Amino acid sequence: MRSGERSSQTRAAASRHDTGRRGKAAPRGTVAPYLFLTPAVALFALFLALPIGYTVYLSLRRTKVSGLGLGRGARKEVFVGLDNYAAAVSDGELWAGWLRGLAYGAVVLSVMLGLALLFALLLDSARVRLARFSRIAIFLPYAVPGVVASLMWGFLYLPSTSPLPGVDFLAASTVLYSMANIAVWGGTGFNMLVLYTTLRAIPQSLYEAARIDGASELQIAVRVKIPILAPAIVLTTVFSIIATIQVFSEPTTLKPLTATISSTWSPLMKIYRDAFVTGDLYSAAATSIVVAGISLVLSFGFLRVVRNRAFGEA
Amino acid sequence: MRTTRLAVAAALAAAVAAGCGSPEPAARQSGSPSAASTPVKLTYWTWAPNMDKIVAVWNQAHPDIQVTVNKQASGDEAAAKFLTAARAGNPPDLMQAEYQHLPSFVAADAVADLKAETEPIRGEFSEGLWGLVTLGTDSVYAVPQDSGPMMLFYRKDLFDKYGIAVPKTWQEYAEAARRVREADPKAYLGTFSSKDPGSFAGLAQQAGAQWWSISGEAWKVSIDDAATTKVADYWGDLVKEGVIDDMPYFTPEWNKALNDGRLLTWPSAVWAPGVLETNAPKAKGKWAVAPLPQWSAGENVTGFWGGSSTAVAAGSKHKEAAAKFAAWLNTDPQAVDLLVKEAAVYPAATKGAAALTGAPGYFSNQPGFWRQASAIAQTARGFTFGPNVSTAYSVFKDAFDKAVQAKAPFSTALRTVQDAVVADMRKAGFTLAQ
Repeated sequence: MRSGERSSQTRAAASRHDTGRRGKAAPRGTVAPYLFLTPAVALFALFLALPIGYTVYLSLRRTKVSGLGLGRGARKEVFVGLDNYAAAVSDGELWAGWLRGLAYGAVVLSVMLGLALLFALLLDSARVRLARFSRIAIFLPYAVPGVVASLMWGFLYLPSTSPLPGVDFLAASTVLYSMANIAVWGGTGFNMLVLYTTLRAIPQSLYEAARIDGASELQIAVRVKIPILAPAIVLTTVFSIIATIQVFSEPTTLKPLTATISSTWSPLMKIYRDAFVTGDLYSAAATSIVVAGISLVLSFGFLRVVRNRAFGEA
Repeated sequence: MRTTRLAVAAALAAAVAAGCGSPEPAARQSGSPSAASTPVKLTYWTWAPNMDKIVAVWNQAHPDIQVTVNKQASGDEAAAKFLTAARAGNPPDLMQAEYQHLPSFVAADAVADLKAETEPIRGEFSEGLWGLVTLGTDSVYAVPQDSGPMMLFYRKDLFDKYGIAVPKTWQEYAEAARRVREADPKAYLGTFSSKDPGSFAGLAQQAGAQWWSISGEAWKVSIDDAATTKVADYWGDLVKEGVIDDMPYFTPEWNKALNDGRLLTWPSAVWAPGVLETNAPKAKGKWAVAPLPQWSAGENVTGFWGGSSTAVAAGSKHKEAAAKFAAWLNTDPQAVDLLVKEAAVYPAATKGAAALTGAPGYFSNQPGFWRQASAIAQTARGFTFGPNVSTAYSVFKDAFDKAVQAKAPFSTALRTVQDAVVADMRKAGFTLAQ
């Protein structure tokens, strides 16, 4: 209630300020806004637009070898139009990688976000003990770098060094879950913290009102907290979708340990292989553009679907 | 205003583009060959241990040519990095190049032809090794540094315990594999690693395979030739039968099996003692070395697994100085001696045998280790690597991974590799012989 009042006041103040300025500033303010924009635009151009442009440029080219391909002048770069894209899209390995990525993402998203929500609600409830300790304990794995976590779990998964010798964690049927487990272990804490922080920002008066109306803790959680959390849940989901599309370090670290992870297990691994193992930067560039396009569609598609529901009328 | 901003942006862009390869382009360019007072500065990418100590000896004696060592991760990563740096226009002057990667460096026009500079040292190397740096052409693309002739490492104590004789043929090796399973159901005679195409290539060389060859102006690819198919199916059948394990080399699991005496042999190369020392310290003094089993009794041949050369980048501004250093490093008696003692390599130069005294620590109970190793090294067969070995090896890993898992015939996986390599070369535009 109080915060609502304050924000409406500031908004009013800001709009007053705006109308006051607009009349005087308009005629001379042509350089200053651009000057203020320069750092952002320059950084954007240098570190985002330029590399993306170069990737697009590369994706339209290819080296052409003649004869044995040895010696000077035996290889030159040529323009090939959309050939690399045609090859990327028609490569079954890329789509098989997407399927694996989707299955992996489904497991990670549901388990990780489910646990994060559960932990956040539990920590926020009035009756929990050792809240500070649990919060840190759940968050701590997020501080472990992905490669280190994968190596550590890799040791636990290997039959001869595993504490559970009977189970083959790296078999064809289980490797997906073993990998998802690493992501869940590492990511739950971060997502929990995002949700928990949002919960702490909810004014206590809402809960008081609910309690006066006779709601139990569970009802408060389901009817009050989760609807208020919806935007934060959407945010963590979008981040997690992007993270699962970009899954790379876990399978790459586990790959040398088992025959069940191929060098093209996930889409990004295929790009890495094309660019740096088989030395075909051009195909890798085309595949990168395709992967970027699909992840844009997936994340914005998800946002579009849930926007109305999560953000109300906004 | 706008133009200066653009200029700044362009300069920054250039700096970013130039910075992504090597951190030392400035150091390299600062040397000028004409001025005697300012020494030529060379950078050298290598992953051999203690190379900086060997280079220090050179720098001491050659104030006019100063070499800086830039330590690399080994093998495939260094090769990819070198190709990227060469493409970006700022490669190091000198590069440690594994024999199997050299053709792709040549095909990318990333290494210089050292024919003139290496003429005086040609006699220092065996024909087989020299072929690896000429690729069978008239050019010389690198100076051989070390080689990895393959031999059989075995657990002498356990062979004695189970009453198994050292196998002389692959036939006997297969029988020994079955015997081991009967004697100890937890142990295997060996394992087939689907992650190590280099090892498989060495075994195929022994059988007489020739995966790439140049006939006239065309490449010939025969990865699935009769010899290689024989080797592939031999291992495939043993894995399927369950008498040979299928865990990859160089994993924690493999280390544990070596330490616990659950793997009795390792068909490996001359550099194996170093690996065993770090990965299986508990079994020190229990291993012995023998020639690889042969395909037919009475034969005496082996193949190479690993080994590298010193190449000079085509983009180097001081090719002559770099070639001089490469020749010194790999043929000068003092340098070769240091290579053996400090970098623990098996030198490519034939006179290197003199430097090999005293057995490696892990084999301290076998005083004749080096004598035996150099006798085996003489029996290595020649081999030519093609311009897309990294593609072949990458496909090999995926295809053999799948075959191992599905217990499918290895010859089918081999055909997948052959087809992928041919398709890749055709797509790139290489002329292929039918």
